Amino acid sequence: MTNFETVIGLEVHVELKTASKIFSPSPNAFGSEPNANVNPIDLGYPGVLPVLNEEAVNFAMKASMAINCDIATNTKFDRKNYFYPDNPKAYQISQFDQPIGENGWIEIEVNGEKKKIGITRLHLEEDAGKLTHGDDGYSLVDYNRQGTPLVEIVSEPDMRTPEEAYAYLEKLKNIIQYTGVSDCKMEEGSLRCDANISIRPVGQKEFGTKTELKNLNSFSFVQKGLEFEEKRQREVLLNGGEILQETRRYDEQTKETILMRVKEGSDDYRYFPEPDLVPLYIDEAWKERIRAEIPELPDARRERYVKDLDLPAYDAAVLTSTIEMADFFEQTIKAGADSKQASNWLMGEVSAYMNKQQVEIQDLKMTPAALAKMINLIEDGTISSKMAKKVFAELVENGGDPQKIVKEKGLVQISDEGQLRDIIIGILNENQQSIVDYKNGKDKALGFLVGQTMKVTKGQANPPMVNKIILEEIDKR
Amino acid sequence: MSLFDYTLKELQEKLHNKEITVSDLVQASYDRINEVDGEVQAFLTLNEEKAKQQAKELDEKLGSDASILYGMPLGLKDNIVTKGLRTTCASQMLDNLNDPLYDATVVQKLNAENTVTIGKLNMDEFAMGSSTENSSYQNTRNPWNTDYVPGGSSGGAAASVAANEVFFSLGSDTGGSIRQPAAFCGVVGLKPTYGLVSRFGLVAFASSLDQIGPITKTVEDNAHLLQAIVGHDPMDSTSANVEVPDYSAAFKEGVKGLRIAVPKEYLAEGIDPEVKEAVLTALKQYEALGATWDEVSLPHSKYAVAAYYLLASSEASANLARFDGVRYGKRTEKKVDMIDMFKESRAEGFGDEVKRRIMLGTFALSSGYYDAYYKKSQKVRTLIKNDFEKIFNEYDVVIGPTTPNTSI
Repeated sequence: MTNFETVIGLEVHVELKTASKIFSPSPNAFGSEPNANVNPIDLGYPGVLPVLNEEAVNFAMKASMAINCDIATNTKFDRKNYFYPDNPKAYQISQFDQPIGENGWIEIEVNGEKKKIGITRLHLEEDAGKLTHGDDGYSLVDYNRQGTPLVEIVSEPDMRTPEEAYAYLEKLKNIIQYTGVSDCKMEEGSLRCDANISIRPVGQKEFGTKTELKNLNSFSFVQKGLEFEEKRQREVLLNGGEILQETRRYDEQTKETILMRVKEGSDDYRYFPEPDLVPLYIDEAWKERIRAEIPELPDARRERYVKDLDLPAYDAAVLTSTIEMADFFEQTIKAGADSKQASNWLMGEVSAYMNKQQVEIQDLKMTPAALAKMINLIEDGTISSKMAKKVFAELVENGGDPQKIVKEKGLVQISDEGQLRDIIIGILNENQQSIVDYKNGKDKALGFLVGQTMKVTKGQANPPMVNKIILEEIDKR
Repeated sequence: MSLFDYTLKELQEKLHNKEITVSDLVQASYDRINEVDGEVQAFLTLNEEKAKQQAKELDEKLGSDASILYGMPLGLKDNIVTKGLRTTCASQMLDNLNDPLYDATVVQKLNAENTVTIGKLNMDEFAMGSSTENSSYQNTRNPWNTDYVPGGSSGGAAASVAANEVFFSLGSDTGGSIRQPAAFCGVVGLKPTYGLVSRFGLVAFASSLDQIGPITKTVEDNAHLLQAIVGHDPMDSTSANVEVPDYSAAFKEGVKGLRIAVPKEYLAEGIDPEVKEAVLTALKQYEALGATWDEVSLPHSKYAVAAYYLLASSEASANLARFDGVRYGKRTEKKVDMIDMFKESRAEGFGDEVKRRIMLGTFALSSGYYDAYYKKSQKVRTLIKNDFEKIFNEYDVVIGPTTPNTSI
């Protein structure tokens, strides 16, 4: 039985969230009425010309830099000719031989092992419109998406398992989101992925024939599709068959890849330099200006949280999963909260609330300063952890000042030892039997006495103190 | 003397002296069109109702600060997009483009000067040709002798000026399409340097070569019209962001001391002796006026036509691919599926010359042929450009015949 090695490369398209389109002043927005965000330029009307949106170039540069690409000094746009009704000019303005970014890499981690995945190139282009095929023989086309700036990020064939492909996508999404140039929402199409996969006998240098997977609508479908394809190719080869250069579609229902078409030779897009645009020269000053705008990226932050804030690696990973979470965390500790306490709250109650309500952290009514204040109220004994949950529920739902909430709800903890001792002595006097029970080894009796104290104080007694005083008073008797 | 015998400057004086009105000028245009266009066939679409209304308004608001183009009737080649005024490129493909959504930048500039658009002018379909016989509508005739062609592709634009139907017009030039018909029709045609005039709203034939330019009766008028349409346009990235000189100021200086280069290749074999004689006569005249001239060489000019055909056709094959019957223009009436709808619409909408050039350009860009054709042509283009740059180091102008022959 032959051992095979899998070789995977990914092509990822990311829509950039610029205010307007890449070559026209139309708004770049998702979810509008069909054909609401179009003008004659987007529609490819006779006589119109493209004008490059500088913000799109800045965003592409930012993304390129974040994935460690070299930025081209001389770059240009090319026409990629292909005919389809969602492509109104019958050519897509793209970049052929001088992409904005080249020779990049990102680091992934799978099962505790780190690995660098090479990035061949990142180029800037325009997105196409969207077709809906009716069952009446007509097809409808919506050009809202036409002209949305898009970067295509092509990886080297460096991944060896579908798991690595999944980790690469997670990491890439994470980094791009940090730069703020895209939402990377697969469900809205602002991140899309095609996968190339081949297998070869272990030890063989040449690549096997690859197939291309399309219709991969989530990262886990990418992984599952690749897993299926890996198995399928192995079976074909073991049965003496031959892998054909095919485009295959992943079917979410059957969890299989299905043949779309066999590729004979390569498509001829008749690329040539776009004569309607001038070549782009990116000088060092421009590059430096963009480089300065890139925030601290997830890996660097994670490392810093572990090293400087003494957080467990797990916490650091969760907190840096989105830039919004990381920023919220940092603002919370900046407002005076202990880093581990802040981390616990964010990973626990805050995340649970966000999951339940399906909201993003930046949309919460609670501010980082409020969370910090609440944490400090627990630390200094003003409220108990149990009370804090009530404060949090109010804070996350309606916002506000934790101090005020504590007051309004009468949640202040009784931590005055003299006051508590008086109450407890009274309770012990009335419950002589419990003292006897406790002394006879019935631990339950202690719980009863604590419960009585809480009842009398309406739950406001400081629980550790109550425990301590009851034991001291029992000892005295 | 007819109004059409006056220069723009003279007409402007007459307007301000109240000898004539804008309405008179516009009426004169339409009268002349009614008189001769049945034979000349320069116009595809007339804008009579709106033009006359506009003339009335302009007569009412004429002020002393009016520009030299104020109220002047003009014609536009039918590949210049005009909002609400049919724009066909003389192609069946755009036969129903009756209500374009915007004005070309040059049209906006002329509107700001208060010119009056009389109508749209015939041309070779999508500007492909040099006789205006490739129009899908009609053959424009040379007004000097209607048995002859007016040249092309801006045949309607040149003929309409020569026939006194309009006072001036705008054409477009990719590989001679203003200069050659202007020469054939005995009017002044200028292809501005690429990038001088915005192409926004010029239906693209070959994007790296196309330029809109003025066609007039006199050089002076040509300068006035050019002045109105040049300048950087934020809607056209290939329009040059350079300072615009005052063209008419140059008239005061004359040609004394002008250094003229005459490429020997332009007067070599194949040239009609009569044309050569006319060029030499002109040179003698310049000499008499104080200019000097030398014979020079543009060694790569013999490759110019071959390189032009490959580059222009390559760009055209991409530029014309958008005409598919989906969003505007011709859509076949045959009941066919989506893919055949595109094919049929194009088969019906494009004429033979257009189809030939699309095929040639598609071939030249194809993988395996790109290096031998498109890329090589780009290199030749650079060599030709270098030839000219070398000459312009020592000379102010290059003079030669516009065409080797007169009209046929």
